[in-house]
Amino acid sequence: MADISMSSAMTGPRGARPKRALSPRNIMLYGILIVVCLYYLLPLWVMVMTSLKGMPEVRMGNIFAPPVEITFQPWVKAWSEACTGLNCDGLSRGFWNSVIITVPSVILSIAIASVNGYALINWKFKGSDIFFTILIFGSFIPYQIMLYPIVILLREAGLYGSLWGLVIVHSIFGMPILTLLFRNYFSSIPEELFKAARVDGAGFWGIYFRIMLPMSLPIFVVALILQVTGIWNDFLFGVVYTKPAYYPMTVQLNNIVNSVQGVKEYNVNMAATLLTGLVPLIVYFVSGKLFVRGIAAGAVKG
Amino acid sequence: MGNSIEVKDLTLNFGSVSVLKNMNLNVEEGEFVVLLGPSGCGKSTLLNCLAGLLDITDGQIWIKGKNVTWAEPSDRGIGMVFQSYALYPQMTVRGNLSFGLKNARVPQAEIDKRIARAAEILQIQPLLDRKPAALSGGQRQRVAIGRALVRDVDVFLFDEPLSNLDAKLRSELRVEIKRLHNQLGNTMVYVTHDQIEALTLADRIAVMKGGVIQQLAAPLEIYNRPANLFVAGFIGSPSMNFLKGRTVDGGRAFQFGATKIDLSGYDGGAVLERDDAILGVRPEHITVSTTPPAGPSIPAEVEIDENLGADSLLWLKAEGTNMSVRVPVEGRIPAGTKVHLGLDIPKASLFDAKTEQRI
Repeated sequence: MADISMSSAMTGPRGARPKRALSPRNIMLYGILIVVCLYYLLPLWVMVMTSLKGMPEVRMGNIFAPPVEITFQPWVKAWSEACTGLNCDGLSRGFWNSVIITVPSVILSIAIASVNGYALINWKFKGSDIFFTILIFGSFIPYQIMLYPIVILLREAGLYGSLWGLVIVHSIFGMPILTLLFRNYFSSIPEELFKAARVDGAGFWGIYFRIMLPMSLPIFVVALILQVTGIWNDFLFGVVYTKPAYYPMTVQLNNIVNSVQGVKEYNVNMAATLLTGLVPLIVYFVSGKLFVRGIAAGAVKG
Repeated sequence: MGNSIEVKDLTLNFGSVSVLKNMNLNVEEGEFVVLLGPSGCGKSTLLNCLAGLLDITDGQIWIKGKNVTWAEPSDRGIGMVFQSYALYPQMTVRGNLSFGLKNARVPQAEIDKRIARAAEILQIQPLLDRKPAALSGGQRQRVAIGRALVRDVDVFLFDEPLSNLDAKLRSELRVEIKRLHNQLGNTMVYVTHDQIEALTLADRIAVMKGGVIQQLAAPLEIYNRPANLFVAGFIGSPSMNFLKGRTVDGGRAFQFGATKIDLSGYDGGAVLERDDAILGVRPEHITVSTTPPAGPSIPAEVEIDENLGADSLLWLKAEGTNMSVRVPVEGRIPAGTKVHLGLDIPKASLFDAKTEQRI
């Protein structure tokens, strides 16, 4: 009833008052945005252009100019031919190392942290708050302090220099922030849902897998993005806890770019850097949409 | 009929805060008991203890003759309905109803049978394949009740099930819950802060405050003979008028300001002479007249008159005390009029001002 009378009363033009496109405010706004965009895009432009030039063209020094003659040779070389020490198979070796480091680290850390967060919020035990405080405290301690003690721990456990040693280190260092993330998300799920599931006879794992998990896709995507980019971009742990055969892509990149023999091949270096940054970028663009989806809508009152 | 629920000396502390104090409560089989009280009185906490969702500090809980004090919620033979419905959003209505049965490994044929029965009783057959997000508030609460229904349990626990609904739906579902109780004959424990729900639904009401049951009695008993000042003030809207004074003449009369009110016909214990007493009279148990009646009466002045449609409320001031009186619409008296009040003493309650208990 009310809707009908409302719509019949509103017959004039609707919406906000139209604004002029070229107001001083807009010029300022878009001017600043364009300048900032240029500021951030220029290095990328230089990298992409340089990576598509041959060495003679690079030596001419016009770093902003597009290539006269486009060549993909630097990309090929960066991927499969660039030399580090005695190995001349480029970044490809590091890429696959990074993949077999990142995948288990991400899965392990998210699996443990999500159960941690769930237990800390829904199955409070004596001392659970203190446990959580200590866990969070861990994220304030600089990594470097723990480098050497962890070397000793891994050595004693017989994991030093192995892939699994690095996977475990990544999982542990991801724990504070991920647990915080999951705990906060689970705390926003109405407690009554959890109670209802308990009355319905679901246990610890039953509630976790059948009630909590299906409602928590967004936070798992957030955790995935955080962990994939974090672990993929890691350099320090990769170089400290593994041996050269297992060096991740970032370490491999450093070795290619910083190799001292011969001429500096800027085009190859640029291509190698772009290749290394590609994975986190792709993960971000593919899963970014899921960031904002609220799955829990309609669970409670409406 | 035996006791369906027995709570023995139940105590619950959160740290140093005592939430439930040495509580005893027996609920008979098939009885509808409402736990009523202001927020923070421990009524929902008590319900959660019955359900096994909170570990108690001391005492015992027996359901159906079994000591379930440390049993899991699902093993207590209870079904529970929550204020926020608590439906699993990723499951259909059918999935919501069958979740508990699947956990209990009930055979599929039996699950289908029970869902069909619950859906018929609650008239939610067309909704079975929808997700909770596609249901209205009233439909969601029906499904939540259905989830308790399919469990085929003896005891239903309701935690403010109607508080999230609008007034019209609330009264509809209230009637429906009453009908359900008549039809199924289960024991029901129902938490609410709404006294209308309590008065209409309950066989017995437990009025709670500060983790203690103040009075446990049938609704009319609670309304007419409140055990103490708190119960008297909490039940009834507008609330009971309290006249401060003292009892005189060996307890045969109540001195209120300059007026001496005859207490003959008072329904209660020995009045005696008390210096601090409070006479409680409900707004509908006071008569108003513009001419002085034959016997003693309280002089008062009308301050506001409110028309409620069915009847009308007069807010008056008598001897410095604010009072409210419910009168028929025809009996409306304009503000500013001087009137005389007569009290219906057999329906009044007399309290000791120190102990706050009914005399």
